[in-house]
Amino acid sequence: MPVIMENCCGLCTQSQSSPCPRAVECLTDGPLCHTDGSCARKRETWKNTVNRKDTRTPVIFIGAGTCGLGAGASATMVAIREFLAARSLNCTMVEVGCIGLCAVEPIVDIELPGRPRVSFREVTHDRVGVLLESMLVRGEAPAEMALCQFPGSGEPWSGIPLFDEHPFFAPQTRWVLENCGIMDPVSLDEYMVAGGYRAFSTALRTLTPEQVCSTVEESGLRGRGGGGFPTGKKWRFALNTPSGSKYVICNADEGDPGAFMDRAVIEGDPHRLIEGIAIAAYAIGANNAYIYIRAEYPLAIRRLKVALDQAEKNGLLGTNIFDSGFDLNIMIKMGAGAFVCGEETALIQSIEGHRGMPSPKPPFPAISGLFGKPTVINNVETLANVPGIIRSGADWFRSRGTPNSPGTKVFALSGKISNTGLIEVAMGTSLDEILFGMGGGIPNGRAFKAVQIGGPSGGCIPAGHTDLLIDYESLGAFGAMMGSGGLVVMDEDTCMVDVAKFFMDFIQRESCGKCIPCREGTRRMLEILRAITRGYRDETPEQSLERFRGIVNLERLGQVIKKTSLCGLGQTAPNPVLSTLRWFKDEYEAHIFERRCPAGVCTGLLTYSIDEDKCRGCTLCARKCPSNAIKGARKSPHYIVAQECIGCGACLEVCPFGAVKVQ
Amino acid sequence: MGECKVTTVLKRYPGAGRDKLIPILQEVQEEEGYLQREAVVMIGRHLGVPTSQIFGVATFYNQFRFEPVGRFHVQICRGTACHVKGSAKLLETLKREVGVEPGRTTRDGLFSIEVVACIGACGLAPVISINGEFHARVTPEEIPVLLDSCRKKAQEVG
Repeated sequence: MPVIMENCCGLCTQSQSSPCPRAVECLTDGPLCHTDGSCARKRETWKNTVNRKDTRTPVIFIGAGTCGLGAGASATMVAIREFLAARSLNCTMVEVGCIGLCAVEPIVDIELPGRPRVSFREVTHDRVGVLLESMLVRGEAPAEMALCQFPGSGEPWSGIPLFDEHPFFAPQTRWVLENCGIMDPVSLDEYMVAGGYRAFSTALRTLTPEQVCSTVEESGLRGRGGGGFPTGKKWRFALNTPSGSKYVICNADEGDPGAFMDRAVIEGDPHRLIEGIAIAAYAIGANNAYIYIRAEYPLAIRRLKVALDQAEKNGLLGTNIFDSGFDLNIMIKMGAGAFVCGEETALIQSIEGHRGMPSPKPPFPAISGLFGKPTVINNVETLANVPGIIRSGADWFRSRGTPNSPGTKVFALSGKISNTGLIEVAMGTSLDEILFGMGGGIPNGRAFKAVQIGGPSGGCIPAGHTDLLIDYESLGAFGAMMGSGGLVVMDEDTCMVDVAKFFMDFIQRESCGKCIPCREGTRRMLEILRAITRGYRDETPEQSLERFRGIVNLERLGQVIKKTSLCGLGQTAPNPVLSTLRWFKDEYEAHIFERRCPAGVCTGLLTYSIDEDKCRGCTLCARKCPSNAIKGARKSPHYIVAQECIGCGACLEVCPFGAVKVQ
Repeated sequence: MGECKVTTVLKRYPGAGRDKLIPILQEVQEEEGYLQREAVVMIGRHLGVPTSQIFGVATFYNQFRFEPVGRFHVQICRGTACHVKGSAKLLETLKREVGVEPGRTTRDGLFSIEVVACIGACGLAPVISINGEFHARVTPEEIPVLLDSCRKKAQEVG
């Protein structure tokens, strides 16, 4: 790998102490300061090697993000190596990040010399042999295993859709996810050949910090972590606050369960994030930056460390970057597992080595943040948008999205949806298109019920309202919020009261305990929800009374918590309950008045019985029952003693004859 | 023994301030598997921070443990997507089969259960991870099979 600082020939005069200001451009488009055929050829060769254009051997790309590995990518890799070794074939293997379609992982791409790159779906280790036999030995792409092919040189494969024609990828606008799953994430060369670090270099050379702030302001970029605060404005506050030292913090503490775009960006394209941070730091005049990342993302941390190391070694970070006099040092801080640390002031406390408890604003971190200095905190996706804005300009960024919410947004699709994964669409795309177009609708022929957006701080959007065009304003008006962009889809088998209870349980555990409304209020709300989903058999008369008292107060309690909590976590904590109350009142009423769970989820409200005609007396259920509530002799119908049944459903799971009924 | 490891970690942070507390705790836990009382006292002495405050920080964050993990550390994801796909039932089965509550370790030291907020593999829900190895789309029926394979592995290694 050529180093940026390396001199191409005797005419190149840069050195460690006086680096070339246009080193990035010179490396990719050069030589700039002298005309020398051999230097230009050297660069061409290097670019072809990086792009694997000159390779005579096939290249195999394996989607090895956390999701790919979870689906068995490591076993696939072992199988590929064994296959190649057994046939003594020579191939280049490249581990890439996640392309976004997690539902069909492990994804393996193969590029034969002179042919377009093809992507194959569900390449588990047992399917490796069939695929490689066909591709590498016979040179045929098995269309039934193929996902899509990428536009490229050579004769296209027949019967395989192009990447931009595939129904999952076609409607997307991939800016942030541009390189994810396509490029080697730990190759600085590849990122630079694709135009990486140009924005940073241009900013250092031609723009003042003031101008960078203005460009970002004009672009209308808003915080992608949930708040939606204009990024440029935030930067300007920090820029205009005089101070000897300032900080940039990248918030990669993606605590919202159901969102994983930050992980995907870091695993798939870490250099884009580093470039974004570097530009942000230059814009406000910060010489130190932190990346606060969850310890639960070990792979992302590993790739980030490699990328940071590469950037430092090549003079993209460190002192006097590109002879501009600008110094920058980026450090990784691992979060220790606290949802509240996604809140700016709590995050600062955590970096300083304290309990992650938020503090009142103002002062805002942009005025007085980390160690009392002006600090800009931006989410991963926000910063990953910055290089594009600087490179292509504010107008380019505004070419997509809505006037108030320009650009794109990455959404994580999960739950009861066919195509789980990550998509990036222009703001203002309708929910219908996301869920039923790209998402592929609800699997198993079930009916769509609602989608939760914004995680534990957001709300749900029920069926019948999916024509909503997604941007910050329309979601806010609907009583939901963008949040970090997690979309958890629920079908008719999901109980909305149970979902609300789940979020409340999460929030009350994650409440830091500093302010009373959040600490006590969320716990009371959870108690009420637990009481609603409890059956008669587990209840004392006092509890029955408490139950009704609680129900009466549920909504008001939620409003009080919203209005009186200190930080964003508390202020949004009641949202899941309030929004399910608004849209699914009938479900609450069924739980409250009829003690019935329409979706059949709340175990406390279920009664199990055994169909005498279907039961063969195999005793399997009786052996599995944890409370010994199932009685009966071998080979004769069994029955369930209602008083002893705890409603765990173990009998329903094990019965091979479908004799266990649930009501 | 344990003290030596803690001392090695502390040596990497000469003259460290309060902001290094969490990284030090993380490294000590990485080395020893959990935070021993003695280790916390030593960290306190090194940083000049009262032990009580260090416990205050360590107990605030979910990552820190005060009990050794089992040979097979089972992490079960309780994120929203996993919940919608039935991770509550999975957790019930896991608790029943292993016989301990989350956060605890079995007496024979073989298994420990930890509930994590979200592993970030929502597309593969529900997910559990045993010693860092992910298992996707797990059903309650698969839990005993997975645990048995762990037990077998333990017996083979001895």
